[in-house]
Amino acid sequence: MSAPLYGLVLAGGRSTRMGRDKAALPVAGRTQLEHTMALLAPRVARCFVSVRRDQDADPLRAGFEQIADSRDNLGPVAGILAAQERFPGHAWLVVACDLPRLDAPTLDFLLRARAPARLATAFRSSHDGLPEPLCALYEPASAAAIAAYVARGHSCPRKFLSGADVELLDGPEPRALDNANTPEEYAAAMSSDGQALPGASRRISVQYYAVLREQAGCREEALTTVARTPLELYAELGKRHPFSLDTAVVRVAINGEFSDWAAPLGNGDAVVFIPPVAGG
Amino acid sequence: MSVPFQLLRDPIDPGALRAALADPACGGFATFEGWVRDHNEGRRVRHLEYEAYDELAVREAQRIIAEAAARFGIAHAACAHRLGELAVGELAVWVGVSAAHRHEAFLACRYIIDEIKHRLPIWKKEHYVDGDSGWVNCERCAAPGAQPHAHPTTAPV
Repeated sequence: MSAPLYGLVLAGGRSTRMGRDKAALPVAGRTQLEHTMALLAPRVARCFVSVRRDQDADPLRAGFEQIADSRDNLGPVAGILAAQERFPGHAWLVVACDLPRLDAPTLDFLLRARAPARLATAFRSSHDGLPEPLCALYEPASAAAIAAYVARGHSCPRKFLSGADVELLDGPEPRALDNANTPEEYAAAMSSDGQALPGASRRISVQYYAVLREQAGCREEALTTVARTPLELYAELGKRHPFSLDTAVVRVAINGEFSDWAAPLGNGDAVVFIPPVAGG
Repeated sequence: MSVPFQLLRDPIDPGALRAALADPACGGFATFEGWVRDHNEGRRVRHLEYEAYDELAVREAQRIIAEAAARFGIAHAACAHRLGELAVGELAVWVGVSAAHRHEAFLACRYIIDEIKHRLPIWKKEHYVDGDSGWVNCERCAAPGAQPHAHPTTAPV
């Protein structure tokens, strides 16, 4: 039996390096806090925003159920502790509000892989191989261990998870958990149209020529896709269009140049599938 | 060479292309013209339709011409390819090469037309006298159930 799952969006940081409240930064037409709450809420029984004690009147945060830190200057672990103290016996899906690339497939992957018998389920960082503490699932049994860790004078949740009994996952999209602490990191996570660049999906335009144009029924289309390569994209499009050509005879171009079926697709890429040519 | 490769929706003017390749240092000029034929693989063709991925076709053609220049030491080369609907007998593709001597002009001209046919993202749809139509190289050989067979990727030189 798994313990009931609540959600906690960490929004108690001071955003010192960003120079602006990270929770209020726009992503996909709303604030990062609203965006993150909207991702979590459908996946948990109740969802809270974690705040510092002096933030409870902030209008953005006041729009949600809050849990205020019971300790100051402890960083994100204070929010996790406060939640566990207030609702003992609950598991917590804890997510920071500064993950603009976080998306539903990544959260669902985490929830499907949940290991209730362990203290926590977390992704392995694509940067340093250590557990990612701020998009993780903490079981009720972790509460006592975290409290003891803090009592020993520690406050780093990553180090806590590194030494704890944790289910470690390699996520579907390594960059989904890249956080944005500075204006540069935030800008890099946004595509040119101001929408979030979700970790596991990208905006791609596709142009069709000749027999593929006739089979697709259009010259071009734009789509948001989780396809990572032209090969995956062609397979995905082939479910909607009656493509008769096998990839063995089709070539691919990305952004106006011949490319490879296994090349990584990036946000905003323009892809062209090239049927067997017949010039001259 | 001013414009080494052109995609044209209007008829090709071979005289103008040829004049642009003239050079007192050249003693040889070779040209190839591809015309729309009235039959293909046993079927009677009424007209053709060419379509191109312009941006990449132009870039690839310029690479082919540069390769030919480097490989054969020719003086000038140019190529033009038609797009849209073409009637039987119309000029579909034109290649011209000028060089000091005929040998390298012939070789470079052959190289350019062969590579153009194999590498440029240009497609040809045949419209048959019987009312049917089909994209060349796409409708039969690449369709499911077709027997596997090789497509040449490099032309003999």
